Amino acid sequence: MDFKPTIVSFLCNWCSYTGADLAGTSRMKYAPNIRIIRVMCSGRIEPTFILKAFREGADGVLICGCHPGDCHYHEGNYKCLRRFHLIQKYIQQMGINKDRLRLDWVSASEGKQFAELADEMTETIKELGPCEVKNTMEKLDKIC
Amino acid sequence: MGEDEKNKKPKLKMAVYWGAACGGCCVSVLDVHEKLFDVVAAADLVFWPIALDFKYKDLKAMPDGYIDLTLYNGAIRNSENQHIAMLLRQKTKILVAYGSCAHMGGIPGLANFSTKEQIFDRIYCDTESTENPEKIKPQHIYKVPEGELELPIFYNDVMPLDQVVCVDYYLPGCPPQTERLLEVFMAIVNGSELPSKKTVIGAYEKSQCDECERKKTENKKIKKFYRPWEIEDDGETCFLEQGVICLGPATRGGCGTRCIKGNAPCRGCYGPPPDVSDPGAKMMSAIATMIDANDPEEIENIIEQIEDPAGTFYRFSLPGSILRRKVV
Ligand code: SF4
Ligand code: SF4
Ligand code: FES
Repeated sequence: MDFKPTIVSFLCNWCSYTGADLAGTSRMKYAPNIRIIRVMCSGRIEPTFILKAFREGADGVLICGCHPGDCHYHEGNYKCLRRFHLIQKYIQQMGINKDRLRLDWVSASEGKQFAELADEMTETIKELGPCEVKNTMEKLDKIC
Repeated sequence: MGEDEKNKKPKLKMAVYWGAACGGCCVSVLDVHEKLFDVVAAADLVFWPIALDFKYKDLKAMPDGYIDLTLYNGAIRNSENQHIAMLLRQKTKILVAYGSCAHMGGIPGLANFSTKEQIFDRIYCDTESTENPEKIKPQHIYKVPEGELELPIFYNDVMPLDQVVCVDYYLPGCPPQTERLLEVFMAIVNGSELPSKKTVIGAYEKSQCDECERKKTENKKIKKFYRPWEIEDDGETCFLEQGVICLGPATRGGCGTRCIKGNAPCRGCYGPPPDVSDPGAKMMSAIATMIDANDPEEIENIIEQIEDPAGTFYRFSLPGSILRRKVV
């Protein structure tokens, strides 16, 4: 069966979400696998959000924020970048391929870039196949 | 309360049991020292394998709800742990997950980085001191001329107590601080109103940092991480500010900052503060905020110095965390 990945995407309100919106209003076509969650700033994305997404069945998680220097709260995207590197290291130890988590900068005018990013991420995840976290949890719950 | 009144009260029936544990939690109960007399004055110990000779059949024979208070320490790692946990749940009014292992999986929970096969291969075949050319490993059922021998089933995963039975309270710590146990015990004996079910007792709401007496600044900044042995601790500055990972910000108070007072950073045995579901995630979030760099490459280099994030940030909590185990 054709594998249709689910990719949870956290987009910051000020740049990336507007960028994604632009892709939509300009009627650009991109992979329908991205499930967008709007947050005020990429600095708002707690590690728990990412881990929960995987646990609930996401095959990939895509985070987008304003370009460095452009965050509306000054430092949010740097904070996000630091968390991202740490979590990427952690999920690899937990047996999750690091490419399942991606961080990119998308500005409000980069609708095209967002569409391409969505396609690219979908391709990457298709190659990796389904993420086994949810399955593993379900099996665990059946023990008792 | 007068002595007479106390004597009139029916004694509490209490049990202590160990699942996958090191024995330290049972010892922490013994550590009440001379207060043990107060404990036995107020409670009859009806089941406690480390100290008293009761058999499982004695436990089975008790009516449901017979035991007032059970302290279950240790994680669930095999069918025996689970079986007794379920039996104790049935026989007990207040079931307490006692200690880090019962609370979130604890040190035995680190086995969730491996599978049952990997563990058996290592222990029974590959350790440097093992000679086992036939690769004999423990079997659940083994036939001998005299009949069948049965061992508990070793599970692939370690679980905290609340993943197999309903738990009334959690009393965290590796092991719990004995004073906290006594406070909780006395509260139960005196019939004080207990907090709402499924909450942590015998620990504080605030974090270790809140209690810690080391010198600290509001905005911690870290340029380089050190393992504790790589640096000479000045004995007074916050560990994190010296670049040594301390789990204080993501750990509940209650132990009396005992490691920090001994000049060792907190490793998180008291579990996360209220409303934090995943202590490791909380700590990763806190650490990332402190890293003093904005350049991607520099950030990566600094994070490279954190050798084992999973083992460090989930040392006591892997099976109770969001991801629970390594995916294989
Ligand atoms: S991080 Fe550790 S050393 Fe620093 S204030 Fe918190 S508990 Fe104390
Ligand atoms: S300082 Fe931390 S690791 Fe040490 S006993 Fe207290 S909570 Fe546990
Ligand atoms: S507002 Fe966009 S990353 Fe902070």
